[in-house]
Amino acid sequence: MQCSLHELHNVLTELGLSAEEEYPDLSQHNNHMAKVLTLDMYRRLRDRATPSGFTIDGVIQTGVDNPGHPFIMTVGCVAGDEETYEVFKELLDPVISDRHGGYKPTDKHKTDLNSNNLKGGDDLDPNYVLSSRVRTGRSIRGFCLPPHCSRGERRAVETLSIEALASLTGDLKGKYYALKNMTDAEQQQLIDDHFLFDKPVSPLLLASGMARDWPDARGIWHNDNKTFLVWVNEEDHLRVISMQKGGNMKEVFNRFCTGLTKIETLFKERGHAFMWNEHLGYVLTCPSNLGTGLRAGVHVKLPNMSKNAKFEEILKRLRLQKRGTGGVDTAAVGGVFDISNADRLGFSEVELVQMVVDGIKLLIEMEKRLEKGQSIDDLMPAQK
Amino acid sequence: MPFGNTHNNFKLNYKVEEEYPDLSKHNNHMAKVLTKEIYGKLRDKQTPSGYTVDDVIQTGVDNPGHPFIMTVGCVAGDEESYEVFKDLLDPVICDRHGGYKPTDKHKTDLNFENLKGGDDLDPNYVLSSRVRTGRSIKGFTLPPHNSRGERRLIEKLSVEALTSLDGEFKGKYYPLKSMTDAEQEQLIADHFLFDKPVSPLLTCAGMARDWPDARGIWHNDNKTFLVWVNEEDHLRVISMQKGGNMREVFRRFCVGLGKIEEIFKKHNHGFMWNEHLGYILTCPSNLGTGLRGGVHVKLPKLSTHPKFEEILTRLRLQKRGTGGVDTASVGGVFDISNADRLGSSEVEQVQLVVDGVKLMVEMEKKLEKGEAIDSMIPSQK
Repeated sequence: MQCSLHELHNVLTELGLSAEEEYPDLSQHNNHMAKVLTLDMYRRLRDRATPSGFTIDGVIQTGVDNPGHPFIMTVGCVAGDEETYEVFKELLDPVISDRHGGYKPTDKHKTDLNSNNLKGGDDLDPNYVLSSRVRTGRSIRGFCLPPHCSRGERRAVETLSIEALASLTGDLKGKYYALKNMTDAEQQQLIDDHFLFDKPVSPLLLASGMARDWPDARGIWHNDNKTFLVWVNEEDHLRVISMQKGGNMKEVFNRFCTGLTKIETLFKERGHAFMWNEHLGYVLTCPSNLGTGLRAGVHVKLPNMSKNAKFEEILKRLRLQKRGTGGVDTAAVGGVFDISNADRLGFSEVELVQMVVDGIKLLIEMEKRLEKGQSIDDLMPAQK
Repeated sequence: MPFGNTHNNFKLNYKVEEEYPDLSKHNNHMAKVLTKEIYGKLRDKQTPSGYTVDDVIQTGVDNPGHPFIMTVGCVAGDEESYEVFKDLLDPVICDRHGGYKPTDKHKTDLNFENLKGGDDLDPNYVLSSRVRTGRSIKGFTLPPHNSRGERRLIEKLSVEALTSLDGEFKGKYYPLKSMTDAEQEQLIADHFLFDKPVSPLLTCAGMARDWPDARGIWHNDNKTFLVWVNEEDHLRVISMQKGGNMREVFRRFCVGLGKIEEIFKKHNHGFMWNEHLGYILTCPSNLGTGLRGGVHVKLPKLSTHPKFEEILTRLRLQKRGTGGVDTASVGGVFDISNADRLGSSEVEQVQLVVDGVKLMVEMEKKLEKGEAIDSMIPSQK
């Protein structure tokens, strides 16, 4: 019943519209997609569609609508399903390479969710480290991704997720709060706990269609202890977050791995694995989150360090990035920074969390030196 | 061409009830009409360009509406939408346009000579007069659905047509994407500039894709005739001037529109029109004439009179603030325009405005003198 791409192109051809006439104007643009997508590439890709019907225009719409920022390099493209990364590899492989430090189409990604492999990490100084957190995303195989999924698919993802999460026990036992029928009291509590997510306002997300049908089939699940949280159907099918106050990153990561593995088993039992392959690791909506999809970080007090001329350089060498405590694109308040791993793809989960643990330990040492008016030159790390 | 989101080949694998939107919190025309049965009937259909019922309703699903303001909640993606999805759109049109039936015929009358009077609205009260409408170019899909190539071709055809106009219609085109700062400042000062839509009613329907590609503003040197290209419709045509000479505004409107239509027809791209729905536009609320003829008029006393709303209803007029739709009035100055679009002609609608505003100015004068207006209350038009 669905008319084919071929038929649709016929309609355009009757009007005399070719690839040139359809190719977007990217002259004012600064994002990964705009840097890569030439007219010839567009010409070749516009005749293709994934089995679910996602096209090149669907992939790039967010990047066309959001020209970008001279200082911040956004990705400018999204996947509508697992097959997007294959069907549109001509565009996405170079985007992935640019975004993920030269990652090649032939490279293999290593997954390691064995928290026993993390060395240390249970003793970050709580006088400096206020909280620790690890998050990732997961996509459920067999369903289209948030930019492209139908209401029926999204609801099926929600139903499966609720079932899987409801069977967790022990310290992972918890409750699901559907966005569309939350009570005022529940909503207030979730806001106070900093758990609530709302309809996206960022044009980067809206332009890709992720907010359609809001708040249908969106919700928040968390355990009774409030240390393990899952978002359903926001930017990805699932976002999984482990967190707690203080500096025991090892415990946070331990819970993260245990919880994720349990959830994955529950989904597999119901005939739905997570999207994963040995080249791209975990497959998510945004190419920037491929691989581990993992961001592990702390809120840490570094008032002296952050004013040091070498701060940026040190972060770079440690393969870390800083954000304000409101999350991405916010400013730091009171010398408190959100410091997390910069990489996602090409390193395993354990390796990334290890970098955070080791890097934070070093940064605190440096902070203490600077407090005493001492030099930190001998502590400068080599590029990791 | 389909911009991807709702063109999902897997959704028909799910049952109707699994795909049917949750409209329980919704208050818009689409939500009132779209039952699960109608959705089930329409969900596997599409227009020749591939527009589906999910495309039609997305804006209404994403925007539940307001308890007091009844939005339409659905859009057309092409001319055929109104035929393929008539099971949904006919009842919506009926609700929105005062009981208009699927068998009704709409009359088009753009002969300005048929307007009686309208050249003498009191300029002490009527500050400005304006008539606007929209037009869609046959052979192209509409803003919610069109591709970049289609949009650019519409722009090209429009610029060709408009730059060939002369006399009082001689003017210039300003594409949004290559406007100078000086040009932009001037267009803002003239109140001509339109910007990327921020209303979620429009953005959820996909009309703002690829902004500002192929969007622009054309106006004549006299600044009395203005055309917007590729905003909510292919073309929005506006005739305006200060003071109360609505007759002159309407003359210019009709003559200009006629000239533009001629040129498009020569290229085998006439305007979308049929004898049932009149001029076909993106939003079902603008079908028929797509015409809003109005004035900015000072009615400080009448607007505080208890019968003001009733008078407007009987005159088939509506009020808005001077910032346009959904704004408040300032200093007793109101934007008063025709409420109807479909089922009456352009001349009839502008006549209602002319006669109605004349009456209201007379009432205002009476109230200024402390006299009653009871004998002047009109019957329902």
